[in-house]
Amino acid sequence: MAANGMNATGLLRDEWMERMRLFGLSSPALLLVLAILVIPVGWLFYVSFVGADGTFSMENYERMIRRKSYARIFRTTFEVSLLTTGLCIIIGYPLAYFISQLPARLANLCMITVLLPFWTSLLVRTYAWLVLLQKRGLVNDWAITLGLWEEPLKIVHNMTGTLIGMVHIMLPFLILPVYGAMKAIDRDYLKAAANLGAGPTRAFWTVFFPLSMPGLIAGSLMVFVLCLGFFVTPAVLGGGKVILVSMKIVSNIELFVNWGAASALGVVLLALTVITLWIASRFLRLEQMTGGGR
Amino acid sequence: MEKSRHASLPISVGNVTKTYGNVYALDDVSIDIKSGEFLTLLGPSGSGKTTLLMVLAGFARPDCGSLRFGESEMIRLPPHRRNVGMVFQNYALFPHMSVAENVGYPLRLRRMAKAEIGAKVDDSLETVQLGGYGDRRIDQLSGGQKQRVALARAIVFEPRILLMDEPLSALDKKLRDRMQIELRHLHEKLGMTTVYVTHDQREALTMSDRIAVINHGRIMQLATPQKLYDNPENRFVADFIGESTFLKVARDGSGLEAAGVKIGSSKPSPDSGSLLLMMRPERIRILEGPVAERVNEFPAIVSDLVYQGESYLLYARLGDGTELAVRGATRSDAFSRLPKPGEKVRLGLDYADTLIFSDAEA
Repeated sequence: MAANGMNATGLLRDEWMERMRLFGLSSPALLLVLAILVIPVGWLFYVSFVGADGTFSMENYERMIRRKSYARIFRTTFEVSLLTTGLCIIIGYPLAYFISQLPARLANLCMITVLLPFWTSLLVRTYAWLVLLQKRGLVNDWAITLGLWEEPLKIVHNMTGTLIGMVHIMLPFLILPVYGAMKAIDRDYLKAAANLGAGPTRAFWTVFFPLSMPGLIAGSLMVFVLCLGFFVTPAVLGGGKVILVSMKIVSNIELFVNWGAASALGVVLLALTVITLWIASRFLRLEQMTGGGR
Repeated sequence: MEKSRHASLPISVGNVTKTYGNVYALDDVSIDIKSGEFLTLLGPSGSGKTTLLMVLAGFARPDCGSLRFGESEMIRLPPHRRNVGMVFQNYALFPHMSVAENVGYPLRLRRMAKAEIGAKVDDSLETVQLGGYGDRRIDQLSGGQKQRVALARAIVFEPRILLMDEPLSALDKKLRDRMQIELRHLHEKLGMTTVYVTHDQREALTMSDRIAVINHGRIMQLATPQKLYDNPENRFVADFIGESTFLKVARDGSGLEAAGVKIGSSKPSPDSGSLLLMMRPERIRILEGPVAERVNEFPAIVSDLVYQGESYLLYARLGDGTELAVRGATRSDAFSRLPKPGEKVRLGLDYADTLIFSDAEA
């Protein structure tokens, strides 16, 4: 580089100053992230390696391996997360597709109704489901009146209730990115497909669906990862029959006051989440390299 | 030249009307396009030219009318069963497929054997001079290359009709000029009936067998490029094609008069209504020497002189205050001998180039 040209040192200093100014402006945010993210997570790691006697120990992790109940809890957590994600895809994808095909004003109205639950308290919505789904609740009453089933069904305080509640809470997280991806698909692609001889169904599967994949993957990941650490809804609607990692963490602290065990569970959950995201990101990058799903 | 490798079909549009609310996008349009013809729909934006193309492709459903390809009525057939090739304005190449997959797409839909698809795709890419580009991703292509891929995809399944919606509008001028000639050659080679939409009059004049000038959803004139330029049938066509100046014409007893000059024409002019005289810049001459026969002569004063490379533009003010543009070729010393601003000049328009229209639009 011509470091001795006219004004070279001055220009170099200007460039450096500009960078420093940028750093200076963002430093409060950086400090905040450090304070509320990096330090607590570090603390979590530290506590998870402290045994009951206050010295360094692996006992919190050993317990997890030794006791069968932990394996079961992790399996249930993944099961619930996968099922919720799957149901969200089955319900959310067609809904997003439908909304994306509507004229702008109607579509906006529909998106508001999709987002409305977002602005209502999570706890309120969860208890609302409890009221609706209980033995003498609205759902059972109506179903019996309509003759769908005869005896009141048990649809809450079990897996069914948990899934109903979780899908309801998670649906917007799937619909938003999917809808965004669908809106970004140029309608001319579908016209081109039709012009080249593809009927509506073929055009959908060969052109529209592959182009909406990035949104679907992003939405599914979001739902899945949120589900892994979810607490309120499964705790209320599961009725103690569906035990997830988050609930075990709570009981470790509230019942047994064992911060070490709770921290170890937190660390494992975090690790599993990171691994999931890592696998997904590799898959995503591959997707981009081949130019989308095929 | 191996003319009409593909069979082509004539297109017959009959009384097609399409309204959006109470706006007529197409107002009772009828056109017969000959088999193998290169026809251009030319008009300003919002004129209905694209709507007409969309009716041909099946993407716009008209309120009424008929559309026949050869003998078959197509108006109610969905787009995917019309079997026409189309090049979209933004190419509409599928971003999740490679070049070869894009071009092979219509063949895969037609359940052709893999080997045959490969051969046809290669052949088609060769035709548009993109041999060996099959494995490229769409976002690795330049604008001109995308244009060629779109064309290859539109012709690979050997449709008998090819539609093009302003396919060159996104390219820079040099490339556009070259592609115009290439498209023309390709049309001669393949012989498909081609309907081409553009708002660029030069493009239309360069490429077409015939041009349909469209405005307000109606066809203003359908003619060969030369006829359209030399003998526009109405004021709109005269104004839209070329850069003309219009002078008000007054009736003076039996004769006509414009800008205080008695004018004659070798062509008949309308009998009634107010009239306009059209003057094209390159048809006006700067007169020197004695008064000539069968030439309308306008005295004027030069107001400006612009050098534009291959030609010059001379602006001159007539007796009635109208400013006329005169265009001429810039040969060696000719430019320096032109009259300068402020000087007097005699402008001449041959009787053969003197066209008089009714002032009413339509």
